[in-house]
Amino acid sequence: MTVTDFEFICQILRERSGLVLTSDKAYLLESRLLPVARKWKLASFDELVKSVRLRPDESMIRDVVEAMTTNESFFFRDTKPFDQFKQLILPALLKSRAASKTIRIWSAACSSGQEAYSLAMILAETGPQLDGWKIEIIGTDLSTEILSRARDGMYSQFEVQRGLPITLLVKYFQQVGDRWQISQKIRHAVQYREFNLLNDPVALGRFDVVFCRNVLIYFDQPTKTKVLNGIAKQMPTDGYLILGGAETVLGLTERFQLVPGQRGIYCIAGSDTKADVARPSIPAAGSVLGAGKAGMPGMASPAKAPLGSTTTPVGSTTAPKSPLPGFTTARKL
Amino acid sequence: MKSCLVVDDSKVVRMVARKILEGLNFQIEEAENGRTAMDFCQRQMPDAILLDWNMPVMSGIEFLRHLRKMSGGQMPIVVFCTTENDIQHIQEAIGAGANEYIMKPFDSEIIESKFSQVGLI
Ligand SMILES: C[S@@+](CC[C@H](N)C(=O)[O-])C[C@H]1O[C@@H](n2cnc3c(N)ncnc32)[C@H](O)[C@@H]1O
Repeated sequence: MTVTDFEFICQILRERSGLVLTSDKAYLLESRLLPVARKWKLASFDELVKSVRLRPDESMIRDVVEAMTTNESFFFRDTKPFDQFKQLILPALLKSRAASKTIRIWSAACSSGQEAYSLAMILAETGPQLDGWKIEIIGTDLSTEILSRARDGMYSQFEVQRGLPITLLVKYFQQVGDRWQISQKIRHAVQYREFNLLNDPVALGRFDVVFCRNVLIYFDQPTKTKVLNGIAKQMPTDGYLILGGAETVLGLTERFQLVPGQRGIYCIAGSDTKADVARPSIPAAGSVLGAGKAGMPGMASPAKAPLGSTTTPVGSTTAPKSPLPGFTTARKL
Repeated sequence: MKSCLVVDDSKVVRMVARKILEGLNFQIEEAENGRTAMDFCQRQMPDAILLDWNMPVMSGIEFLRHLRKMSGGQMPIVVFCTTENDIQHIQEAIGAGANEYIMKPFDSEIIESKFSQVGLI
């Protein structure tokens, strides 16, 4: 790969998805784009670059961009944001929206749907308190392929064991061969739409709660600012924004401020949402994932790169064809 | 330091589970079937039990039913870890008092995720 080729592809990625690729990640380009080259019947990575350069084809460029996104996700990722949603955000909104009985939730960059479905399961577990309420969950992503996976709601055995309590697996999933499909009830609670975060979200409407996690990390500063300000525009003054564990608004925008005492939850700056949500503190027990008897310690499963973990699955009785289907498809830069 | 009893008839599985759990700061004891696990628990209840299903002499589910009737036997957090991966087995395990359930094959990430869900880490 030549430096010009690398820079050419990087420019496309930055323009199309916001992804900033540093030169130490050059090796990733080739390994991830080779399958795209094959799909388009091109002999090599170099041929693919040449083709994109000389005869730019929209759907080929799309494939390139989608192949470079990281889609890793899991149910109840990091635990804490979902506990905060259940114990602080939802009760606050049930009070403040008592007149309209309507709540809209956005899972921005939803990947294969685990975040949106985790929220849908929390709502399903909340019970009769929500009778008569209209609660919408919208999941959006850039990648059409990942959205169709999200709509199917079909997960590998490996994926349903990362973060998902066994009681919820039994309650909300059906076994289909060696995979697990989330029930129709939960699937119907989420709508998926294609949306690029680099665009203005105005057409998506207003959202009381926005989960925008583990996507800003891939963007440069100006892009982060633009995305955050776009989200702020779609939120009422008493809405909530939840970012990923390695993400912040600090130094990026003045539109949001941290909800005091609540790591990872932000409200519109200058609003008094913070007073409402800051009051109750999360009790040690009674977590969403409260299968155990002890309380939930904050970060349940640190986001780790599957590619980086070298342990081999143990105790497989089946032939080693593909012991962990999710293992090889999950990617991380 | 919390203690975990690893019950599995495969020496290899016990060894790997030990390695992963020691990495998570557990003190590990081993038993090769439900019977020896019972003997161990009669002397001393561990904080956690990682439990295989199919074992000679006494199966994991039999052991669990006995355990939950023993004095102090409500205390340990029991995580099944088995190749039995159908809903019926999972439901039977929960009904018998299992706290979590791992379907083999497992790796360190799954163990860590499940153990933190039940509040062990
Ligand atoms: C690592 S996943 C995060 C999934 C989930 N939010 C979570 O935290 O588990 C990142 C997702 O962001 C999507 N993505 C990347 N750039 C995007 C953009 N410009 N617009 C919308 N989605 C984007 C990718 O397709 C990928 O599915």
